[in-house]
Amino acid sequence: MGELNFAQLWSPIRLTIELAFITTILLLIFGTPIAWWLARSKARWKEAVATVVAMPLVLPPTVLGFYLLLLLGPNGPGGWIAGLYGARTLAFTFTGLVIGSVIYSMPFVVQPIRNAFEAFGDRPLEVAATLRASPWDAFWSVAVPLARPGFLTGAILGFAHTIGEFGVILMIGGNIPGQTKVLSVAIYDFVETQHWTEAHILAGGMVVFSFAVILATMMLGRRYGQQGR
Amino acid sequence: MRARLSWLKLPMAALASVMIAATMSTAARAAEVKVAVAANFTEAVKEIGALFEKATGHKPVFSFGPTGGLYNQVTQAAPFEVFVSADQATPAKAIAEGHAVAGTAFTYATGKLVLFSKTDGLNLGEQTLKDGKFTKIAIANPKTAPYGTAAVEVMQKLGVYDALKGKIVEGNNIAQTYQFVDTANAEVGFIAFAQIALKPGGSRWVVPANLHKTIAQDAVLLKTGANNDAAKAFIAFLKGPEARKVIEKYGYGFVD
Repeated sequence: MGELNFAQLWSPIRLTIELAFITTILLLIFGTPIAWWLARSKARWKEAVATVVAMPLVLPPTVLGFYLLLLLGPNGPGGWIAGLYGARTLAFTFTGLVIGSVIYSMPFVVQPIRNAFEAFGDRPLEVAATLRASPWDAFWSVAVPLARPGFLTGAILGFAHTIGEFGVILMIGGNIPGQTKVLSVAIYDFVETQHWTEAHILAGGMVVFSFAVILATMMLGRRYGQQGR
Repeated sequence: MRARLSWLKLPMAALASVMIAATMSTAARAAEVKVAVAANFTEAVKEIGALFEKATGHKPVFSFGPTGGLYNQVTQAAPFEVFVSADQATPAKAIAEGHAVAGTAFTYATGKLVLFSKTDGLNLGEQTLKDGKFTKIAIANPKTAPYGTAAVEVMQKLGVYDALKGKIVEGNNIAQTYQFVDTANAEVGFIAFAQIALKPGGSRWVVPANLHKTIAQDAVLLKTGANNDAAKAFIAFLKGPEARKVIEKYGYGFVD
């Protein structure tokens, strides 16, 4: 068994937080225009786009992991991108995990933001337009503040879901300490090798974390719900 | 109210009769044996399983995984009855910790380690490792998979482990390791020879046996299977000539 090695515990925690943080930022950047378009567009095929975004909710992580492994690999677009800076594949890299996580957690961010955009309807934007606000201005000074609860919920859920990601990372990560060995994979490793003390510490921490996150989202929902009433 | 219940009765009765029929047919069938198998032996054991079923009428059900992971499940009362490990240490531990029947462990094969690349026509060898002209080298998790341990031993023995450490990617078991190499995400990888013994293509270097400890692979009867004739029959079959022929075909060796 050996002694407890705290570096061994800390490295996956730090890596996971980094991954979740970067993923959440990217999800807000890419997810917001998608959510906006889904909320405002009249296009008939927009629900098809919404479906594609939502698909990671029901697809087994193995399906995503399998396709990602091929897409990130030397024979896929990921390999081409990696080639730009002399690497061969995006699999087994932190970048690869970020790409996977963005796809995997996308519905958790887009859906709440879309709901928030839809909730206030056309009226506030029409008013903004009559006050001669440009669409860009109206978006930032009217839509975004009104949709704040949606952004918060989306960000929290996207962050938390990325922290809890396992299957996809197991399939494309390669278990590299400090690069792709995230929390869930480290726990798996500790359990598989009968290092249950370490597994308990990390797993117990995750239980506390998940409790805090869900509680926070629920309380947020209550607070904004009451304000709205 | 009564009318509502009565329309429920028919499907309930049908369901019950199906369940009874299912139970009876299981009882009438030949026995089943649940076998936990180290991933490197996957292809070979499937063939052996088919032969076993034909010969005895017993039905083997296989679960594949890394040796360490499978044993972990055994300690938590997994329903496996036979454990086909990729090493000797784990079955010995299973006996010592009271999960397996003492005296039933035996070496069914010795494994060969191979350095493999999906690219054809490479001249793989010690020099490949010393030059290190690749970005990723895949190995099985050395903490749970004996072929991973052997891979690390080889690199250490050749004095290249420290140099290559940053290029190592770990598969959860030897099957995933092969998949990393097979998808060319890793240019080279240490896998079990058995995985590619029957597949043409790629480049391979069978690692000389003196570069790592012998990968002696033991199987053992677990206590859960001590009273299952099918489990005992499977162990016997695994030692027999038919199984041996398959094991040989996949490039494994034998201790005797």
